[in-house]
Amino acid sequence: MSEGLSFHFDVDGDSFTSAGQASVQVKKDLRRLGVDPEIIRRVSIAMYEGEINMVIHAHGGHAEVRVTEQAVEIILEDRGPGIADIEQAMQAGFSTAPDAIRSLGFGAGMGLPNMKRYTDHMDIQSTVGVGTRITMRVDLPQ
Amino acid sequence: MTVQQLMEQGGFTAAALPEGDREVSGVYIGDLLSWVMGRAGAGEAWITIMSNRNIVAVAMLADTACILLAEGVQPDEGVAALAEEKGVNILCSPHSAYETALRLRDAL
Repeated sequence: MSEGLSFHFDVDGDSFTSAGQASVQVKKDLRRLGVDPEIIRRVSIAMYEGEINMVIHAHGGHAEVRVTEQAVEIILEDRGPGIADIEQAMQAGFSTAPDAIRSLGFGAGMGLPNMKRYTDHMDIQSTVGVGTRITMRVDLPQ
Repeated sequence: MTVQQLMEQGGFTAAALPEGDREVSGVYIGDLLSWVMGRAGAGEAWITIMSNRNIVAVAMLADTACILLAEGVQPDEGVAALAEEKGVNILCSPHSAYETALRLRDAL
């Protein structure tokens, strides 16, 4: 694992009901690598929230997961509408999700806060009309 | 207590029970999926009325012991089979979320 492992996923923007496939695969891969279960839980939930966001708001995107001896890094990239006010989007309960999404149990405005909560580092780069790139890192116990 | 034992003691039925010997460590109640992922602990029984496919992914990722559908709710079409395939337990309770929680309190 010294050089690190990298996994790439395409998140399908049209299949809301199958969202989560990338996160579930990451969970399996990390388990195979012998990563601590609580770390796996944090990584896979953070990634699932990101996946759901890409499906709801951005018609899908790409996810890259890198595992080194120090950390698990997740990079989510989309060409969606972008986030106008990141500070506002980070507030628990703030949501622009449509009603159809809410009726499925999502859109409660907890996605980005959960991603921050479960990771040790999170960075959002977003340009309105261009897209969003989110980098998250979960440190591994040394 | 295992999920199987919980089902028997609580008077619940199984929609999917691929891992009935999983231990139940506690209870979480909620329908907003991000709240569940943010708050439910690994090994807890999750009481909800949400019945769509996404609950299977949420249960897997949050690592709950089982989903417990309250209020007589049944899983949507195809969800039980998906849960069976993914190793996620789904129990069904004819009672309200509150009454279901009381039964869990007695059982655990």
